[in-house]
Amino acid sequence: MSLFNRKPEETMKVTYISHSGASQTVAVLVGESVMEGAVKNGIDGIVAECGGACLCATCHVYVDESWLSVLAPIAMDEEVMLGNTFAKREPNSRLSCQIIVSKELDRLIVRTPEAQN
Amino acid sequence: MPGGVVIAGAGQAGFQCAFSLRAEGYDGPITLVGEEPYLPYQRPPLSKGCLLGKQDLDDVGLRPAAFYETNRIELQMGRRIASIDRAERRVLLDGGGELGYDYLILATGSRNRLLPVANAILGGVFYLRTRDEAASLMDGLETARSVVVIGGGFIGLEVAAAVSSYGMNVVVVEPQARLMQRAVGPVVSAHHLDLHTRHGVRIALGAAPAEILGGGGGVVGVRLNTGETLPADLVVAGIGVIPQTELAEAAGLRVENGIAVDEYLRTEDDAIYAVGDCASYVSRFGGGRVRLQSVQNAVDQARCVAGGIAGAAKPYDAVPWFWTDQYDAKLQMAGLSNGFDTEVVRGEVESGQFSVLYFRGGTLLAIDSVNRPGDHMAGRKLLAGGSTLTADQAADGSFELKTAIPA
Ligand SMILES: Cc1cc2nc3c(=O)[nH]c(=O)nc-3n(C[C@H](O)[C@H](O)[C@H](O)COP(=O)(O)OP(=O)(O)OC[C@H]3O[C@@H](n4cnc5c(N)ncnc54)[C@H](O)[C@@H]3O)c2cc1C
Ligand code: FES
Repeated sequence: MSLFNRKPEETMKVTYISHSGASQTVAVLVGESVMEGAVKNGIDGIVAECGGACLCATCHVYVDESWLSVLAPIAMDEEVMLGNTFAKREPNSRLSCQIIVSKELDRLIVRTPEAQN
Repeated sequence: MPGGVVIAGAGQAGFQCAFSLRAEGYDGPITLVGEEPYLPYQRPPLSKGCLLGKQDLDDVGLRPAAFYETNRIELQMGRRIASIDRAERRVLLDGGGELGYDYLILATGSRNRLLPVANAILGGVFYLRTRDEAASLMDGLETARSVVVIGGGFIGLEVAAAVSSYGMNVVVVEPQARLMQRAVGPVVSAHHLDLHTRHGVRIALGAAPAEILGGGGGVVGVRLNTGETLPADLVVAGIGVIPQTELAEAAGLRVENGIAVDEYLRTEDDAIYAVGDCASYVSRFGGGRVRLQSVQNAVDQARCVAGGIAGAAKPYDAVPWFWTDQYDAKLQMAGLSNGFDTEVVRGEVESGQFSVLYFRGGTLLAIDSVNRPGDHMAGRKLLAGGSTLTADQAADGSFELKTAIPA
């Protein structure tokens, strides 16, 4: 028994498609954010300068339309930062550090913008 | 002797220098030398997600090993730069070896200020800056029941918030008259005092530790200068940091509360820059030379230097900002409030959603926001320049801050 043991073993598949169309599918732990999944797996299109504090908007992604309704709604701090993305905000814009991977999100598809800053 | 860029220190700022140099198209060799054995990592989660059991210590890395390979960033982890030979443009490594440079970036960060009291080295007294220190602290907490936190700054308070969530007894000892005194105004200090108290954490203001009491191989308490003795089986000290300026000093570079740099973040030696926690620079936001310790400062300064080396030198002029998470309160700060003459509160402090705007001579200096991210972002833009926001407008709840942002 430890106070700090987290380690959920389950992973879900998340696909990241770059601006140029290159697609990478990686396994992301349940409970981790889509941003963390990208950074750990060396996916270029996500910068994440603030490390997930919802203060930099350099983890901006466009979520595949079919997934939009499955995601948790946009909270106030995410809404504010979505107003500060470098690439244009679209109706399917989200911040990947605020999307927490769950069972429901297995096979999620996101596209990264041409630039984050 | 290969040249290129050598970066001394592989923390947030050192990493960002390497990252941004490549992003800016710099094509020469980049060598990142870091004393700690780990790939560059982030410190903020150490006192937040990791202590709360939400994030593993293994998951705080900024990028995986493959990133450095792909981007031709040579890593020398677990290596310390012992000295700089400015005449020959090379650094000497502890344990032998040297690296030549065209540019050297000092990103050596800061280290913990140590408790001046007797017995401070007893097992049971912890600090929190590195991954190793986080791991020992977490080990110690497994069996702790009563925790005394010395220092009511950001790190001490984040630790107190996390630790109290496990039902331990927590007392924070702060010698100043209010919490986070150097960084926020009195309204925010009072709000956070109340916040901690409501979560069962006792805050002892105006008290300093006089002695750490030991017994049976560990800590048993802390005697305060007020005469009171607090029982404790674990003590965490977060009493500030000291910039690591020794390398620069030994190389004859000017040190003035940090390695002194100009508006391009260059030292007096055109080939040597300094960024992040270790550097001091003249800021229009601070009314003089300042040394800041934040992710924003590390990242933006690194980006500025990378731009300078890769070709497009621009003076450093970024708005300072910072954040701290305690319980469900997200406190975000933009600008530097020191020296304000007028403060204006927006929102209800009691609701836990409010901002405080600080003015001096009618000019906006800074804004602290608790759970009002919109105000924080508006504040960053207002501070960036050209704002005409008055204290009266700020005090008017129906006035939208963002309408004062110059187009
Ligand atoms: C627990 C904690 C929580 C924090 N939370 C926040 C937060 O919420 N928000 C925020 O904005 N900021 C936060 N900070 C501050 C932020 O992490 C620092 O400002 C930032 O890490 C500074 O980056 P740096 O690269 O300048 O220094 P560091 O990250 O300290 O890195 C410097 C590195 O250089 C190495 N080094 C030093 N000398 C040498 C040498 N001679 N040779 C080789 N290597 C050397 C050191 O070992 C170190 O690894 C926090 C800090 C801590 C400790
Ligand atoms: S990582 Fe900074 S906002 Fe998402």
